[in-house]
Amino acid sequence: MTVAVDFRNVDIVFGADQAGSLAMIDKGATRAEILEKTGNVLGCAGASLTVNEGEISVLMGLSGSGKSTLLRAVNRLNVVSRGQVLVKDGDKTVDVVTCDQATLRRLRQKQVAMVFQQFGLLPWRTVEENVGLGLELAGVPDAERKERVQRQLKLVNLDQWSNKYAHELSGGMQQRVGLARAFATEAPILLMDEPFSALDPLIRTKLQDELLQLQAQLKKTIIFVSHDLEEALKIGTHITIMEGGRIVQTGAPEDIVLRPANDYVRDFIANVNPLSVLTAWNVMRDSRDLEHGDNGWVWLDRRKTTRFKIDEHGLVAAAERDGKPAVWVSCADVEGQSEEAAQVFWANPGTSLKTVMLAMHRSQTAPVALFDDQSRFVGAIGIRDVLSAVLRR
Amino acid sequence: MDPISQFMVDHKIPIGAWGKAFFGFLTDNFDTIFRAFSNGLNFLLDGLVNVLLVVPPVLLALIIAAIAWLLQRSRPLAIGVFFGLIFIINQNLWKQTVQTLVLVVAAAAMAMAIGVPLGIWAAHKPKVYRVMLPVLDLMQTLPTFVYLIPVLTLFGLGNAPGLIVTIIFVIPTAVRLTHLGVVSVPKSIVEAGEAFGATKSQLLWKVELPSALPTIMAGLTQSIMLSLSMVVFAALIGAGGLGTEINRALGSRRIDLGLEAGLAIVVLAIVLDRMTRIAVGGKK
Repeated sequence: MTVAVDFRNVDIVFGADQAGSLAMIDKGATRAEILEKTGNVLGCAGASLTVNEGEISVLMGLSGSGKSTLLRAVNRLNVVSRGQVLVKDGDKTVDVVTCDQATLRRLRQKQVAMVFQQFGLLPWRTVEENVGLGLELAGVPDAERKERVQRQLKLVNLDQWSNKYAHELSGGMQQRVGLARAFATEAPILLMDEPFSALDPLIRTKLQDELLQLQAQLKKTIIFVSHDLEEALKIGTHITIMEGGRIVQTGAPEDIVLRPANDYVRDFIANVNPLSVLTAWNVMRDSRDLEHGDNGWVWLDRRKTTRFKIDEHGLVAAAERDGKPAVWVSCADVEGQSEEAAQVFWANPGTSLKTVMLAMHRSQTAPVALFDDQSRFVGAIGIRDVLSAVLRR
Repeated sequence: MDPISQFMVDHKIPIGAWGKAFFGFLTDNFDTIFRAFSNGLNFLLDGLVNVLLVVPPVLLALIIAAIAWLLQRSRPLAIGVFFGLIFIINQNLWKQTVQTLVLVVAAAAMAMAIGVPLGIWAAHKPKVYRVMLPVLDLMQTLPTFVYLIPVLTLFGLGNAPGLIVTIIFVIPTAVRLTHLGVVSVPKSIVEAGEAFGATKSQLLWKVELPSALPTIMAGLTQSIMLSLSMVVFAALIGAGGLGTEINRALGSRRIDLGLEAGLAIVVLAIVLDRMTRIAVGGKK
């Protein structure tokens, strides 16, 4: 995997006494202490984070946690006091902190585009002229610019609106213009600073879905700032939680939900519905932890109601439920199955916990088996595993 | 007088003498330069007035009405402008009005040409604005008569000193409104410009100035109105036009003459105000 953006020990301090504040950061001082001593505001401290190509990396935190500050270091809207921000620029990487103005402008025009919370559209320009802003600044010829702008407008379904002024559009549409403007430069890295926070919940959900669809086609590297954990869990491939200018935890969405690093993160996830993040993989018991019997038979649950016979290739050769032979059926078909006692459902690691629970519900709380993509048996989920994951016990 | 006050008066700071010495120095050493400048400016202004007076008044009124239509795309406005000017012709004040019009337009244009760049500079550099602010206050509040005297000694009588006095009085407004317009550009759109890689000059021309344009245009309208208000003062040092008529009416207590010239100024003010008001159209 190629690294797109690499933050290395980034400190950002707003104010005159940079050296004094950095010395205090080294001693581990909090934001309040630094403010009191130096009058400077700590933006973020010691932030290290690697964002790979094609990821949606979400920076999460309450307001003032430093998430936007860190994001804005990528295109130097915020000046980094100490540390490196390495951004992929074609075949090489550029340290945004130290590069010259010409390089910075080229990065901003071609490599890194941005979407703003308050949209940042120019009200005296039409939708079309707004979308073309980045291309215009980069000196792209008129004809090519028009063509690229029209393509982007089609992508976000705004081609009917290209001659309207930005302020004539609803908030959701304005942010689509903001998205199209960022896509138009064809920059591989996209910075999104709470792009959907100013929108009402229905429109927000809709734009999140649209972003995910577009991302499936465009495969950008996205750094996304949000204060809404549901949003982060929905769109993020990685989530970084920040508090008081420092990173407290980085990981995949389910890592954050299952293994919160401290009370701050725990508070954050307290109200999150675990069903929206957890997958079968997160809750299963590994095959090696299951109780093995003779002749390749292995019990799927602690109550010993269901067992599989596994052959030498790891495939299931036979199944038994309550002492009688049973068939094994994919969870993907759970909706279409009648409620028979003699079937055992199996899932893939990526199957959502919700589907697994539905399968259990349909099979009188029988355990669900887990197969990998070559149909080899890797583990099982019993009712207790589900309950403890949902209750986080 | 009590001893303390007496002591202070005895040690009076000779500000007046310093100022006089300064202007004495300027007239003694650079008199030819100031006079040449003044003569050149007078020649230009008088020339422009003479050219405009060659055009038949009614035709010129039509041309101005056409310009009004071009700027605002409003038929009632163009008709109003035309009949306003016809009223002035009817009052036999056309020549004076053209003189005043040239002076006012030239003063407002010069004030904008100097004031807008200064305002942009001040908006980008808060320290510059802090230094500029007291100077602007001085220019606006120092009674006009006070600087009529040195301008008179440096530039002599005529349209040129009238123009200079008017420009000095009007520049602060152009600077202030430009400054206000540029500092009020929403931070979010400035950042959007920066984030997409705008150079400093692209940021100025494509983001800051378009956003500040309504305020800058308000500055232009204000500059024209303030220039008109200076017409009577400028006439005291020899600038021709409607101001001269009013001064003459004052000197000879001619109510009729004063009323006619005064009304002509009002008509001119309304015409110019409506023509330049929000020339960027109705959109926000």
